[in-house]
Amino acid sequence: MIESPIMTPRQVAVPRGGAFWRGLRANPLLMVGGALVLLIVLVAIFAPVLAPHPSDAGTATHAFDVLKPPSAAHLFGTDQVGRDIFSRVLFGARVSPVIAVVVIAIACAVGVPLGVAAGFLGGWIDELIMRVTDVFLAFPPLLLALALAAVLPASLTSVTIAIAVAWWPWYTRLIRGQAASVAGRPYVEACRALGVSRLRIIVRHILPNSVTPLLVQVSLDVGGVILTASALSFLGLGAQDPIPDWGLMVADGQNYFTPDWWLVTFPGLAILLTAFAFNLLGDGLRDVLDPKRSFLP
Amino acid sequence: MTAPGSVTPPETVRGRLAIAGLDISFGSRRVVAIDELRMERAEIVGLAGESGSGKSMTTLAILGLAHTVGATVSGSIKLDGQELTGLEQATLREIRGSRIAAIFQSPQAAFSPVYRVGSVMTKALRLHGAAKPEAAERAVEALRQVLLSPDLMRRYPSQLSGGQLQRVAIALALALRAEILLADEPTSALDVTVQAEVLDLLRDLRETSGMSILFISHDLAVVAELCDRVAVMRQGLIVEQGQASQVLSAPASPYTSELLDSVPKLAGAP
Amino acid sequence: MTSTPPGAPLLQLADLVVRYGPVRAVDGVSLRVESGPFGLGLVGESGSGKSTIGRAVMRLVPASGGSITFGTQDVGSLRGAALKAYRGDAQIVFQDPDNSLDPRMRIGTTIAEALRAHGAAPRDGVRERVAELLAETGLDPAFAERYPHQLSGGQRQRVAIARALSVRPRLLVLDEPTSALDVRTQAHILKLITRLRTEHKLSYLLITHNFGVVSELCEQTAVLYLGKVAEIGPTDVLLRAPAHPYTVALRSAVPEVDVTGRRSRVVLPGDPPDAANPPPGCVFHPRCPLAIERCRTEPPALRDVGSGHQAACHRAEDVLAGAQMPTHMRSADTEPQQA
Repeated sequence: MIESPIMTPRQVAVPRGGAFWRGLRANPLLMVGGALVLLIVLVAIFAPVLAPHPSDAGTATHAFDVLKPPSAAHLFGTDQVGRDIFSRVLFGARVSPVIAVVVIAIACAVGVPLGVAAGFLGGWIDELIMRVTDVFLAFPPLLLALALAAVLPASLTSVTIAIAVAWWPWYTRLIRGQAASVAGRPYVEACRALGVSRLRIIVRHILPNSVTPLLVQVSLDVGGVILTASALSFLGLGAQDPIPDWGLMVADGQNYFTPDWWLVTFPGLAILLTAFAFNLLGDGLRDVLDPKRSFLP
Repeated sequence: MTAPGSVTPPETVRGRLAIAGLDISFGSRRVVAIDELRMERAEIVGLAGESGSGKSMTTLAILGLAHTVGATVSGSIKLDGQELTGLEQATLREIRGSRIAAIFQSPQAAFSPVYRVGSVMTKALRLHGAAKPEAAERAVEALRQVLLSPDLMRRYPSQLSGGQLQRVAIALALALRAEILLADEPTSALDVTVQAEVLDLLRDLRETSGMSILFISHDLAVVAELCDRVAVMRQGLIVEQGQASQVLSAPASPYTSELLDSVPKLAGAP
Repeated sequence: MTSTPPGAPLLQLADLVVRYGPVRAVDGVSLRVESGPFGLGLVGESGSGKSTIGRAVMRLVPASGGSITFGTQDVGSLRGAALKAYRGDAQIVFQDPDNSLDPRMRIGTTIAEALRAHGAAPRDGVRERVAELLAETGLDPAFAERYPHQLSGGQRQRVAIARALSVRPRLLVLDEPTSALDVRTQAHILKLITRLRTEHKLSYLLITHNFGVVSELCEQTAVLYLGKVAEIGPTDVLLRAPAHPYTVALRSAVPEVDVTGRRSRVVLPGDPPDAANPPPGCVFHPRCPLAIERCRTEPPALRDVGSGHQAACHRAEDVLAGAQMPTHMRSADTEPQQA
């Protein structure tokens, strides 16, 4: 006769507290991404200290230093009114990424609950939410943001709101698919069979298991939002000169691109670096949050 | 009749498989170590074992596909006297399908959902050298041999049941005139009555076409019903092999005994 | 907790109907599960409706007709607190051990969630209770810190059983609890269920396609076909002397290790049934080797054919008397085999 023995778990060390840090250290993507994002945050905070010409981020103009190429005095050169581009790029870290983060935060705050509700509850709630979402999705995001920004007074706040309104439906649709898929899984059915409350199921099971594709999408969107904001600023609907918005700087600088390439290139590189950093961070976070991947010995 | 461009076996007897000293490893971790395993023409040999025993890896190695999951293979696998290990992928591609066919647990996974099953069959046949009209003919004939109406050729995989799809997979092996069929848990996902039909079919095919079958399964009862000989695998090693009736009624290995004891017994006399 | 009057069944299904859109997955099924320890097996193939019955009993799908009674309560009409209380009386273990546990939750948290949902353990006693439950199902309490992917299939199934038991149910629905497991693990799980059944006086509804499993665990077995009960009776009687042609065919199709004296297989022609278009008369008649004219028009009622043994067949007596059924038949559109 086969007796079933008391089984002990395999010797895979999974300590409670140290797990997060262990996962962190094992994940180079997260380390690099996190470091870069941290760098950007620090630059934003310490811009007044780091920038050689802090007033250039404001209304200062220097008629005799117009369109100077990069040099020791002006690392990134100067722009069409003589402002130090390096200083402006540093100060831009306070503008563009912040807009992106706020937009995405608003879009998530609106889009995710709607998506989860639609996916998990199904039925007429699902229909209602998705049809409203479809209406918003029918407009190209830029046009929608444009339309909104046009009726709002031109400012950073307007740009933020306008883009957020255009952005949330994408998250709703993304989350809804995931939530619906998770809702059908046996472990969710088991929770229903156990009489676990619906709220708890949503918060403890649906959300954590649906959020991964969102993380990746969000990290990609940072760059996208910055570019959208810059487009709006270029059209005069968002940030106005002299605010050192990177997108605005690219937009303004393109008239001078040949031969004065530095007006566009450095702000452009800043956007690139920021988008890349958040991308890495998103990928790394996704890996760390997946219990199957982060604890491999 | 061999299609132009295919590899001609040196021996005249077709459908003989000889495995010797086979080692399959992932880096330094060895997962399969088979000293000897043979299959003669028109023989049905069972490879029985639990999950993790290495049965499926052995199948992949025979097909020359072990590298696709990152495993390295050493040792000898001979088909009709011809060594398969170390052959180039181009040569192996000709052998796969036309001389060694395989069917797996999920027939749905074996057929692309966007093609009609008939077109998958004719495409495979043409890939192995048949001309267009001949390919269609052989496909129809093979479907009849597995007791399916040729009308099914126009259907998409989603329109066929699991049992029907598995029969189409077997028909394809027949149409390609494969010498050896590797069947990796082909009936595990099927209903009991459908499974019985597929097993009957495999038995009949062995009679009529002389195909040898390597039947991999965790289900000892199925192995008992179908196989002439059986090799019991545990953690990459063959712990026992011999005539199925012998091994499964009077096992030499305690592991085999344990497996047999674990099978729930049916009440009521047979 | 509902109390059951002596002699009354713990669970009773009366003419249960469950529809998925136009399809009647369960079409008038009546069953009884007695108070524990007791096991009723539901055997059938795909499309038989056996899993749907399990889900309906658990109120995971709504019943479209008939009734489900637990003790003295009508399960279908339970709401709110009463429904929650029922969930403490009846629990389910699913087939797929890979997906029945949240992959992002530790084992201990998963079981604790069940305990908390029913207040089945005092606040500070949750950890102990989790450890107790794990030990009871043969797992070291250290497993509470693990994630599902770090456990084997058999271990995950034990966790699923522990979770189901945590609320101290009187009825357990086991939906193919061992189908996805290796044969030795299957044996361990079956032994576990046997032990728990005795210790907790459990009743269970065991849904499976495996006759061997019901042989070991169920006093009574019902064979289902296309949403209806074909035959029901004491398990050993059913297997030794079946009274329905489908049971005979199913039984003969089951492969057995001991092939000596093996009778040849009764073959069922045609395709497995399409639930969307059930045949008129007896649902089995298109494939039945013993079908007569009456079978095409008149659906047979489930009637007594022995003590505690019922079959839904007009020719049940013939089956019991050992009516010959064709073995290893070929289907109509084959041509003679090429040599």
